[in-house]
Amino acid sequence: MDEWMLITGMVVATFIPRYLPFGLAGRINISPLVVRALNFVPIAVLSAIVTQATLMRGGDLSITLDNHHLIAAIVAFLVAYITQHLFMTILFGLMAFGLAKWLF
Amino acid sequence: MPKKLLSDQIVNRRAIFLAGMRDTFPLIVAAAPFGLVYGALAISQGLSEWLTMSMSLFVFAGASQFIAVTLLASSAAFPVILLTVFIVNLRHMLYAATFMKQVGQLSQWLRLPMAFWLTDETFAVVSNRLLREPKMTGFSWYYLGSCLAMYSNWILCTWLGLTLGQRLPDVTQWGLDVAMVVAFVGIVVPLLKHKAHWACAISAIIAATLTYHWPHQTGLLFSTFLAIGVGLLLDTKPAKVDSNG
Repeated sequence: MDEWMLITGMVVATFIPRYLPFGLAGRINISPLVVRALNFVPIAVLSAIVTQATLMRGGDLSITLDNHHLIAAIVAFLVAYITQHLFMTILFGLMAFGLAKWLF
Repeated sequence: MPKKLLSDQIVNRRAIFLAGMRDTFPLIVAAAPFGLVYGALAISQGLSEWLTMSMSLFVFAGASQFIAVTLLASSAAFPVILLTVFIVNLRHMLYAATFMKQVGQLSQWLRLPMAFWLTDETFAVVSNRLLREPKMTGFSWYYLGSCLAMYSNWILCTWLGLTLGQRLPDVTQWGLDVAMVVAFVGIVVPLLKHKAHWACAISAIIAATLTYHWPHQTGLLFSTFLAIGVGLLLDTKPAKVDSNG
């Protein structure tokens, strides 16, 4: 396959969704309902991404001690809930992952 | 004195730009392993070094780059790769829409690089800042500071990954993508303030589990829209109407 074509195609495919709302900003009005809906975007998208990256390991639902990603995510959740601090969450989450790998 | 004012303005812009970089730092730590694994994976799947680097330089979309590499390795058809990449990136449209109010005041030229550099991480940092300070000054400088930190880190890590991948072939098996998982957890949890937010998160988790096997990550999009709908239904307190608005 022509590698240039692939790069060009991917640039277009990734740029359009990113650019469209920016290009239209100031020219169209967004309804208050849409604004309210947009407030939920980060929670909805990121929760879904995290779920698919943790609960589903190797293509199947995996809720076991072997699932080190899940252990890391649970520890991260607890640390985030208690401290509300992003860097602490990442630090303890990664430490939990290392520990789980070593233990289980 | 106008001259003094101008220099104050420049110092202020620089401070805001640097604040954007600084607030993005935890996410750089989390994205670094992701970039390393991408570089190593691409090389191990037989992609050339320049194609691996070009994707990071010109496409700059982590998840899409992973998917493209995986699909290339399984010799998927060209349109399938592009359609998948497009669908996976649709979430950026929601991200960009969130910033429309701020971006509407900027020049069209500035919007081009801002759109190109939009990522999960920059969205998370900037939207978080806007929640705390809805009328922040220097939005574009803060945004660009965050972008530049992410972009330079992503390119550096891709390069490290493709160099490292040739020496440590099993680096892709280490599960380094966990860094992104814990980072996203750290972003979402502080956002969960009302019942509607929790309901949104929980329905996203359930839906994402049930739709995992849908093709081309369409399950991700479906789950997102479903969870937003659930959140809206329970959202009894409408967003404050901005009187200046």
